[in-house]
Amino acid sequence: MPHIWCPGCGNGIVTAALVRAIERADYDQRDVVIVSGIGCSSRAAGYLNFNTLHTTHGRALAFATGLKMARPELKLFVIMGDGDCSAIGGNHFIHSARRNIDLNAIVVNNHIYGMTGGQHSPLTPTGKKATTAPRGTLEREFNLLDLARGAGATFGARGNAAQPRQLEQLITRAANHKGFSLVEALSPCPIAYGRRNKLGGPVDMLKELKESSISIERATSKEETELEGKTITGVIYQDEVPEYAAEYYRSIGKEIPVKSGG
Amino acid sequence: MPETKPVLMQGNEACAEGAISAGVRFYAGYPITPSTEVAERMAARLPDIGGVFIQMEDEIASMAAIIGASIGGMRAITATSGPGFSLKQENIGYAIMAEIPCVIVDVQRMGPSTGVPTAPSQGDVMQARWGTHGDHPIIVFSPASVYETYYLTIAAVNLSQKLRQPVILLLDEVIGHMREKVTIPRDSRLMVEKSSDKVPADYKPYDEKGLTPLVPFGFGHYYHVTGLFHDQYGFPTGDPPQVERSLDRVHEKLEKYRDEVVLTNYIGHKEPRVVIVTYGCTVRSARAVVKKAYWNNREPVGLLSLQTLWPFPDKEVREIAKKADVIIVPEMNMGQIVSEVERHVKGEAEVVPLNRYDGEMISPDQISDIMGRWLS
Ligand SMILES: Cc1ncc(C[n+]2csc(CCOP(=O)(O)OP(=O)(O)O)c2C)c(N)n1
Ligand code: SF4
Repeated sequence: MPHIWCPGCGNGIVTAALVRAIERADYDQRDVVIVSGIGCSSRAAGYLNFNTLHTTHGRALAFATGLKMARPELKLFVIMGDGDCSAIGGNHFIHSARRNIDLNAIVVNNHIYGMTGGQHSPLTPTGKKATTAPRGTLEREFNLLDLARGAGATFGARGNAAQPRQLEQLITRAANHKGFSLVEALSPCPIAYGRRNKLGGPVDMLKELKESSISIERATSKEETELEGKTITGVIYQDEVPEYAAEYYRSIGKEIPVKSGG
Repeated sequence: MPETKPVLMQGNEACAEGAISAGVRFYAGYPITPSTEVAERMAARLPDIGGVFIQMEDEIASMAAIIGASIGGMRAITATSGPGFSLKQENIGYAIMAEIPCVIVDVQRMGPSTGVPTAPSQGDVMQARWGTHGDHPIIVFSPASVYETYYLTIAAVNLSQKLRQPVILLLDEVIGHMREKVTIPRDSRLMVEKSSDKVPADYKPYDEKGLTPLVPFGFGHYYHVTGLFHDQYGFPTGDPPQVERSLDRVHEKLEKYRDEVVLTNYIGHKEPRVVIVTYGCTVRSARAVVKKAYWNNREPVGLLSLQTLWPFPDKEVREIAKKADVIIVPEMNMGQIVSEVERHVKGEAEVVPLNRYDGEMISPDQISDIMGRWLS
């Protein structure tokens, strides 16, 4: 199938993990909605055979909020890039988390604006180079999971394109969670990020992703010094808090149709 | 005829009631003077009738949310004023391109910028036309009374569904906040024009025919919705003939239904020498002038009020220009619709602007002064 992604891009791996997770959740295809913003990763929506909504830059969660409130029985997965979600879409991101509306946000974090050719994003690590930070960015990056949690998100997980099985499981767990779920998927962009920062080719980038990651289960038995420079993966937090759409419908005394699957 | 009951209400409330009568069950918005009463009325009413009210984090999100709800099959509306209308523009363009029905209410206030939040103005006429980028069509209504607000809101909702096109209701602070009697049909279901729900198995939401109804998400028809130029199933394309076709498509449906969309009203002399062309709250002052001059004194004057601003009522204005020597165009701005009038009159009549932008309404005296000069 023709697509716009460069060879070695992580977007395909993350998208495949999402599709397997949806399969695993056993939803009726007609109930599944893929919403996305604007960016390389967001083009995934156009490659999937569900109800697919490719929106405007940064606004995917706001479109999804309207759709979810109108049709609370639908299962929404919202694909965003790191810039899409945390820069231009930052406001919608924190407010979706605050409402605890049942949306599954999949943020493909490649640390860069891929589609526009490599400008820095709020998730570009300090010191890394971008076309708009040729000497390395002086800005500090967000910790996306902490940001979401601070805003009230009730499910936060991190995975990566180098460990697609784990990523798939994380998305499944996010789908099963009632409330706002965030899955941050670290993903290589060899073209707009890797090359400029001398991170090697796609294979090197995937290898590095894998080696620098440690699952939360394994991390708990480690000393803090041993975890330095490591990225923790897995479900980082999960709380049970009333979900917004369900609460709204309960408050107006209207029933939400029951649907199959997780 | 359905049973009716006259009620006293504000323009903004009539707008909310009109939306509800037309089947709107979803409101998303962000508070701003002088539009807030639309939101407040919806917040009070929608929960009781199984509808959704949500206050979003800003106007960009509000616009996005009503598009999302509409794709889910709910009739949806949002209301704002100048600063918020500016923020909505990108997503209005999205709704045009993706052909998602929705209604946007802009209760105009003095601008630019924060301006004078409580002062009336008609300064957003061109923004309503060209606020979002690209070569797009748009439908804009401008009511002149509370009663008209109620009925034009209903028309806006139904047309937006039928043409799968956003419709903008341009109110102004005067109409939004004034109280008048409105007769609301008791059985409001009658006001909902049903779009056809017969859909072929191979559903193409953007097919050649041009007016295919939107099948909401979740009913087993898989298609793509995007602001990118797209093919018949909605999938992105950069193929020049398909790109051109995409843009023609959204324009053609408006051209085809032009006479359903363009609403005007003429009162006055059959062979007028001086005609006032205006819209919104300014119609009220103009009507007072024409009533006195024509009905009392039989002077050769008339008033063409424009309920539809865009697409511009070109035919109607040209008809007037054939008869009249002079067309006076009063507006509470520095002159926006007047250039459009001039463009279509093509020199067949003298076009005289009358502008006021101090936050006060144009008075009947101001209009009759100018009219008198051309009549004597
Ligand atoms: C309002 C608006 N501003 C800017 C752009 C240009 N733009 C398109 S994609 C993008 C950034 C994409 O980066 P990211 O969200 O990280 O996704 P990626 O391409 O890396 O997957 C930008 C700035 C746009 N489409 N719309
Ligand atoms: S620019 Fe980067 S993110 Fe975009 S397709 Fe290429 S590799 Fe993937």
